[in-house]
Amino acid sequence: MEHIVIIGNGISGVTAARHIRKLSNHKITIISAETEHFYSRTALMYIYMGHMKYEHTKPYEDWFWKKNRIDLKFGFIKNIETKSSTLYFEDGDTLQYDKLIISTGSKSNKFGWKGQDLEGVLGLYSKQDVDLLETLAPNKEVCKHAVIVGGGLIGVELAEMLHTRKIPVTFLVREDHFWDNILPVGDASMISRHILSHGIDLRLKSNLKEIHSDENGRANAVVVEETGEVIKCNLVGLTPGVSPNIEMVKRTNIETDQGVLINRFLETNIENVYAIGDCAQQREPIGHRKAVEAVWYTGRMMGETVAQTICGNRMKYNPGHWFNSAKFFDIEYQTYGWVFPEPNEGNEHFHWKHEDDTKCITIEYESATNQFLGINTFGIRMKHEVFDQWLTEKRSAEYVMEHLKEANFDPEFYKTFESEILESYSERFRMA
Amino acid sequence: MSLAKPDSQALSKTQKFGVAIGIIGLFIMILAFFNVDFPNKTLFLSLSLGMITVGTIIFSNNAYLTKQAGIQNDGVWFKSIASRGFWGWILGIVLTLFYIVLYFKAEWLGLAAKGEANSGLVALFDPLSQLLNGGPASQWFVYGTLYTVAILVFGYKFMLKYRKNRYEQLRTVSVMFFQLAFAFLIPEFMARLNSETFSLPYYDLKNIWPLNYYNFDKYRVDSMIEAGDIGLAFLIFGIVSIFVITPILTYKYGKRWYCSWVCGCGGLAETAGDPFRHLSDKTQVAWKIERWVVHSVVVFVTLMTTAVIYSYLGNDSSKYWLTKDVFLLSVAGLLTIVFALVMIFKRKELAKDAQYGAIGYFVIIMVLIGMHYFSGTKDVFLVKSYTLQSSYGFLIGAIFSGVIGVGFYPIFGNRVWCRFGCPMAAVLGFQQRLFSKFRITTNGGQCISCGNCSTYCEMGIDVRAYAQKGENIVRSSCVGCGICAAVCPRGVLKLENDSIKGRINSNDILLGNDVDLMDLVNQR
Ligand SMILES: Cc1cc2nc3c(=O)[nH]c(=O)nc-3n(C[C@H](O)[C@H](O)[C@H](O)COP(=O)(O)OP(=O)(O)OC[C@H]3O[C@@H](n4cnc5c(N)ncnc54)[C@H](O)[C@@H]3O)c2cc1C
Ligand code: SF4
Ligand code: SF4
Repeated sequence: MEHIVIIGNGISGVTAARHIRKLSNHKITIISAETEHFYSRTALMYIYMGHMKYEHTKPYEDWFWKKNRIDLKFGFIKNIETKSSTLYFEDGDTLQYDKLIISTGSKSNKFGWKGQDLEGVLGLYSKQDVDLLETLAPNKEVCKHAVIVGGGLIGVELAEMLHTRKIPVTFLVREDHFWDNILPVGDASMISRHILSHGIDLRLKSNLKEIHSDENGRANAVVVEETGEVIKCNLVGLTPGVSPNIEMVKRTNIETDQGVLINRFLETNIENVYAIGDCAQQREPIGHRKAVEAVWYTGRMMGETVAQTICGNRMKYNPGHWFNSAKFFDIEYQTYGWVFPEPNEGNEHFHWKHEDDTKCITIEYESATNQFLGINTFGIRMKHEVFDQWLTEKRSAEYVMEHLKEANFDPEFYKTFESEILESYSERFRMA
Repeated sequence: MSLAKPDSQALSKTQKFGVAIGIIGLFIMILAFFNVDFPNKTLFLSLSLGMITVGTIIFSNNAYLTKQAGIQNDGVWFKSIASRGFWGWILGIVLTLFYIVLYFKAEWLGLAAKGEANSGLVALFDPLSQLLNGGPASQWFVYGTLYTVAILVFGYKFMLKYRKNRYEQLRTVSVMFFQLAFAFLIPEFMARLNSETFSLPYYDLKNIWPLNYYNFDKYRVDSMIEAGDIGLAFLIFGIVSIFVITPILTYKYGKRWYCSWVCGCGGLAETAGDPFRHLSDKTQVAWKIERWVVHSVVVFVTLMTTAVIYSYLGNDSSKYWLTKDVFLLSVAGLLTIVFALVMIFKRKELAKDAQYGAIGYFVIIMVLIGMHYFSGTKDVFLVKSYTLQSSYGFLIGAIFSGVIGVGFYPIFGNRVWCRFGCPMAAVLGFQQRLFSKFRITTNGGQCISCGNCSTYCEMGIDVRAYAQKGENIVRSSCVGCGICAAVCPRGVLKLENDSIKGRINSNDILLGNDVDLMDLVNQR
C-alpha cells in the first residue's frame, strides 16, 4: 500500500483520487488551502447570483470522502522536498508521500498594471474571491459602478454576476469583437451584441492603462489606454485569463516553465511526481491543443488517466476530439472539433445566423476535400456523441449539414432550424 | 455573509403594486372569513378573484417580460420567502392552518349545518356555486375554486418565467386545462345532472386509483351502478385507467404524462409551488426515507382498498360472480403475476431493490390470506374496513397530501407529497423504472458538475451525480418536469422517449478521453 498525496482538491485532483480508489487500496490524501471539501469552481458565479448556495456546488456529500477512505487535509503546501519525498506545510507540518500528484490549478493573471493590488480590485477564481466580491459589491448602493478588464469567459461571467445586482458594468475588451481571438467574427460579433443588449457598457478595442485610488487606498477609477478616458468605479474586476498556480513548485527541483512540465504520461522530471489539470504544461502540445489546457474537462481527463498510471497501468494522456462549452448571458455555446477565428490554411468557414440574433453556428471544413473539422453552436444544443463520431469517421461538411437533425439536443417541442441551415449551406454552393 | 441586502431581491414599484392588488383581493376573503357580510356577494367574489388574478398578472409581466427570456433564478436564495426565511415560515404556517381548518373545522369557514344557509367565506362562494352546480357552496367548492385559480394564475406566471422553453409552456397549458375542465368544471356540471332518480358521485375523471383511494367505495360503486350506462362507463373507466391506460402511457412517455401534464397535485406543485422547488432535500438519506415511506403507502392503500371492496362483496357466487374469495384470489393472482414478471425480466436492474419488492409482496400476500381466515362480514381482522380507510384518509389523504404536502411547500419544497406520499406516483414510478421508454439523456462529457440541475430538481434527485458520470437518469421518482434540462447552463440534459435498450448506462470514463481508456474502464 502506497501513500498517494494530491495537492489541490479541484476537479483534476479529485478525479484522480476517485479513480485511484476504484483501482487500488492505496492510502490517499488530498490537500487544499481553499475549501475543506471539493466544490465546483465553474459554479462560483451562481453563488453570487443567488441561484445556489455554496453547499449546492459540492458534487459529493461530505460523508463521501470518509466512506471512500480519501483523507482530506486543509493546509497550504509551502515546499516539496523530492529527495526525501516530504511536503512542508505553511504551519510547519510535514507529510511523507510515495507518489505525489500536483494539481494546484490556476491563478488570475495580472499584467503589472499600476494599481492592480489596490483594495477593490479582484480577480475571479477562488471561493475567497467570491466572498470578497460579496463584501465589496453587495448591491448597487455600495458598488455604484464596476469595471471589468479582459474579455474572456470569466470576464463575461463576472459581468453577468454584477448585472444581477443591477450594478452598472463597463467591460473593457482588447479585441475588436468579444472573444474574437477564439471565435470567428460572425460568432463573436453576435455575442458582442448580446452582451450590449443586456445593458453592459462593452468597450471593444480598449485596454486598461492604470487604476486610480482614493485617499484610503481604494480603487476609485480606471484609465483607458486608447482614449485616456477616466471611468469612475468602486470595483475593478481583472479577468485577462489565468495561468498555472505554481509559485511553490518553482522553489523545488521539479521542472517548470509556464506550468509544471510533464510528458505524455503526465510525469514530471522527478520520478513519482505527476502534474495534472490547469497547472500542468505539456512539453509537446497535443495536436491543436494548447500546452496548458485550463478547462474543466481536460483536468478531469488527466485525472482519469494518471490514476491508471499510478495503479500500475502506465498510460498516455491521449484526449479525443476537442470539445468545450460556455454560456454568454442567455446564449449557450458548445464546440466540437476545431473552429479557428480565421479558417486555418486550406480550410473554409460556413456561418449561419438566425434572424433573432441569438442563435448561430459556424463550421470549419477543408476546402479541397470538404472534410468536416469542427463546429461552434450558439443557442442550439447539440450532441457530443454524434459529433465525436462524425469527426472520427471524417465525415464531409455536406454530410454533417444534411444530418444535423441527428445531432440536435434541444428540449422536446423546440423549434428546429436544421432545414434552414441546410438551405443556407446549399445556397452558398449554388452561388459559388 | 453579505453585509447588506443584495439588490436582486428587491421588488420593483410595479411588482409591489401587483402584490398590493393581489393582497386586497385576498383581504376580501379574509373579511368574509371573519363574517363580514358583503351586500352583493357576486360582486365581491368577482372582485376578490379578479384582483388576485390581475395582481399576479401585473407582477409576473413586470418580473419576466422586462427581462430577456433566459433562466430566471437570480436571487432565489436571497428571497426570504423562497429560502426558508421569515416570510417562508409565515407562509408555511398560514397555509398549514388553512388546511387544518379546511379538513377538520369547515364550520369555521362558514359551512352551514344541513338545511341552514352558509355564512362567512363559504357563503361568499355561494353565487359561483349556484351558477355552476345549482346548489350552495361547500368548503370543498371554496377549496376547488381557489385551487383552480391558483393553478391558472401561477400557471400564467410560470409560462412567462419559462417563455424560452416550449416544453415547459405546453405542459403548463395542459395542467391548467385539466384542472379547469376535468377537476373543476365537469364535476360541477355533472352535479347539475343529479336528480331524485339519477345521481353520480363527484368524479374528477383524471383522478386515478390509488390517488383517489375512495373510488371503489361501496357508496360510489353502488351509485355508479345505479346510474345506469353512464355510471357503469365511469366505473369501467376507473378500472381501465389504472390497469390499461396508465401502463400504456407510462410505457411510452414515462410517468410525466400524468405527474406533470395532467395531475392536479402536480399541477399546483408546478405552478404555485414552482418558487419553492429548490427546497427539496437532495441527500442520500432523504432518498432512503422516500423509498420506504412511499412504498409503504402503496402497500397500505392496496390493502385498504382490497379490504374495503372485500367487505362489501358477498359470499354467494350464485348471486354475483364476484365474491369475497374470488376477489381476494384475483388480487393475489394479479400481484403474483406482476411480481413474477419483474423478477424474471428485470432482476438485474433492480438489484437490491428486489429484496424490498419481495418484502412488500410477501406482506401483502400474507395479509390477504389473513383476511380470508380472520375476517367477518363487515370487518377485516376485527377492524372495520372503513375504519382502515378513514385512518388512511386522515393520515394520507388529509395530513400528508394537504397539510404537509401543500402547507409545507415553503419548507420542504413543492413536491413533498408527490415524492414521499403519493401511491399513484410510486406505482407509475415503479413502471417508469422498469418498463418505459422515458429517460433523461446526458450529453457526453459536457457536464461541469455545477449543480444547477440537482438544486432545481423538485423531486430531490441528485441529477448531477448521474450527469457527471455521463449516465442516463432513469429514476422512478422523476416526474419529467424538465426543469433540470432547462436550467443546465451547458446543455447536458434532455428528456427523451427512446428504445429500452441501452437506457440504463453507467460509465466510469466520459466521452472525450482516450478511446482505449474508455473501453478499458467502461467495459469492465
Ligand atoms: C469562474 C470560473 C468559471 C469557469 N468555468 C468553466 C467552464 O464553464 N468550463 C470549463 O471547462 N472550465 C471552466 N473554468 C475553468 C475550470 O474551472 C478549471 O479548469 C478547473 O477548475 C481546474 O481544475 P484543477 O483541478 O486543475 O485546479 P483547481 O480547481 O484550481 O484546484 C486547485 C486547488 O489547489 C489548491 N492549491 C493550489 N496551490 C496549493 C498549495 N500550495 N497548497 C495547498 N493547496 C493548493 C487551490 O487552492 C485549489 O483549491 C472556470 C474557471 C473559473 C474560475
Ligand atoms: S430529474 Fe429533472 S425532470 Fe425529473 S423531476 Fe427532477 S428536475 Fe424534473
Ligand atoms: S448537468 Fe448541467 S446543470 Fe447539472 S451539474 Fe452538469 S452542467 Fe450543471
